[in-house]
Amino acid sequence: MLTFILKRLGLAVLVAFTVSFISFSLLFLAGDPAAALAGETASGEDIETLRRLYGFDRPMLVQYGDWLFSALRGDFGESYYFRLPVASLIAERLSVTMILGACGISFALLTAVPLGVAAAIRPNSIIDRVALFLSVAGQAMPSFWFGLILIVVFAIKLGWLPPSGASSAQHFIMPTIVLGYYAMPAIMRLTRAGMLDVLSSDYIRTARAKGAPEGRILFRHALRNAIIPVVSLAAVQMGFMLGGSIVVESIFALHGAGYLAWESIARNDLPTVQALILVFSMFYIVFTFLADVLNAWLDPRMRSS
Amino acid sequence: MEKPLLSVRNLTIDIPVGGGTLHAVRGIDFDLNRGETLCIVGESGSGKSLTSLAVMGLLSKTIRRTADRMDFDGTDLTRATPRTMRALRGARMAMIFQEPMTSLNPAYTIGDQLTEALLLHKPVGREAARARAIELLEKVGITAAESRLSQYPHQLSGGLRQRVMIAMALMCEPELIIADEPTTALDVTIQAQILRLLYDLGREMNMAMILITHDLGVVARVADKVAVMYAGELVETGPAAEVFNMPSHPYTRGLLRCIPLPGKTERGSKLGTIPGIVPSLVGDVQGCAFRTRCSYAEAACHGDIPRQGSGGHAFRCIHEDGNRHFEEAIA
Repeated sequence: MLTFILKRLGLAVLVAFTVSFISFSLLFLAGDPAAALAGETASGEDIETLRRLYGFDRPMLVQYGDWLFSALRGDFGESYYFRLPVASLIAERLSVTMILGACGISFALLTAVPLGVAAAIRPNSIIDRVALFLSVAGQAMPSFWFGLILIVVFAIKLGWLPPSGASSAQHFIMPTIVLGYYAMPAIMRLTRAGMLDVLSSDYIRTARAKGAPEGRILFRHALRNAIIPVVSLAAVQMGFMLGGSIVVESIFALHGAGYLAWESIARNDLPTVQALILVFSMFYIVFTFLADVLNAWLDPRMRSS
Repeated sequence: MEKPLLSVRNLTIDIPVGGGTLHAVRGIDFDLNRGETLCIVGESGSGKSLTSLAVMGLLSKTIRRTADRMDFDGTDLTRATPRTMRALRGARMAMIFQEPMTSLNPAYTIGDQLTEALLLHKPVGREAARARAIELLEKVGITAAESRLSQYPHQLSGGLRQRVMIAMALMCEPELIIADEPTTALDVTIQAQILRLLYDLGREMNMAMILITHDLGVVARVADKVAVMYAGELVETGPAAEVFNMPSHPYTRGLLRCIPLPGKTERGSKLGTIPGIVPSLVGDVQGCAFRTRCSYAEAACHGDIPRQGSGGHAFRCIHEDGNRHFEEAIA
């Protein structure tokens, strides 16, 4: 198990470096950073001055090394737009995003897994139909529309919940539902399919032949095996929620990291965009790593591979 | 006379399929005494496995099982609640399956899976259960038993896994053990070992055993009683010696001609085959199911088939002695 973890860790670090290089290269792919910084009215001389000032005239690899070492120390440079250190800017926004992401994935898992299990126990029953309906609806409904409907009903008509902002726990209820409901259908279907598959397997029959009670069969023998693909999917979705909740953050005016990314792209604020891409990628890498470790714990066959 | 451990009367299993009902098992009877070995033989699809799963109460919910009687040591299995069945399964009746590669849970250690039934059914502690597991692993011929407990199924070969399955079935010292083609999936070289082991342990612990197989050579060696199934019917049943020496149903005789028997089959002679295929069991099934492949079939075979025989040896055929004497006369 330890060898497995170390191997995966090494792989994760390797991927992280690759990603950092790609995210740094984006700066050059996006055009001349000095020109972008100087603005449309700047003269050629001004651009040259800026280029030297920011060190854009140095070879790319030197700039990358410089940037990487600063990044490792937590220094992502200064935002062109806010004139503030990018690190503190992101740190401030990230807490909102992380709360939202954690709530969203929890909501998705807590609804999808029980529903998927219940649907698999009795295929084609009422509960299976309800689960299918909910998942189709969840997949078909755009997040921005669902979010607006919730605001109209619960904030405006009923006045139960605040429509926007992030100042209290109540502010997070509707965004959590919208974000979680978006991730729920895939998790539910995967849980249902996995459970159906596992429940018809030979080793479940063996467990029954031992006289194990139904609850033990479902949760100890079946779910542990059926949940393995769900773990991988949830990790990817968690990463997605942290980086891609721009729509939800905009609708509910939660000024999180996703919203910041969107703003910074619009403002050509390259250090911020670079840092955000790196941070979001790191989230993916960390979650994938954690999912691998969790899966290896769940399924001993993975430890040896 | 001793009261049988397991007594089954008129067991019928129907499976709903698209466009009708598959009458997979139709009205079979058998008795099994303590310590006795019953071999159920027959082709694939003859209902052998379904019969054993029906006894264990492991048929899937969509399958309909009815019986006039299914009595296990005084417990009426036809009326037993799920709770009663759970208390019996694993504790007093255990089962060994055909496919050792997939019958163990990949996520748990051998030790976990071995001790599970014992911990569920008996008031023993973890340590005692572990000790029992080690004892049984040694008994089924697994070396370094203690270190095996922390291994996972994927680290074991098929033969080892089937030994583990046998040890697992024996954990609670069941009175009845059902082995459904326990060696079919194994290497030929270890088939004999596993069977011998199973048989010896059954004798040692005085367990009744239902062994499902289509290997008549095995039957000849281990069976006390034989039940021959064809297309969901028990066509012939009786003490092994009688069935082998005086096979009465034409199907049984056909089966016996298909295998070489030491001392009976002449060297160089052709082995028999039974021409034709098993009939469809969907919809109304009437008369003798074997009539389409039987050389003695006549109009009356479409009607009710009487049960003949005396004592423990019985068969279903309209012909007296299933034309055995006629066949012997021309032979």
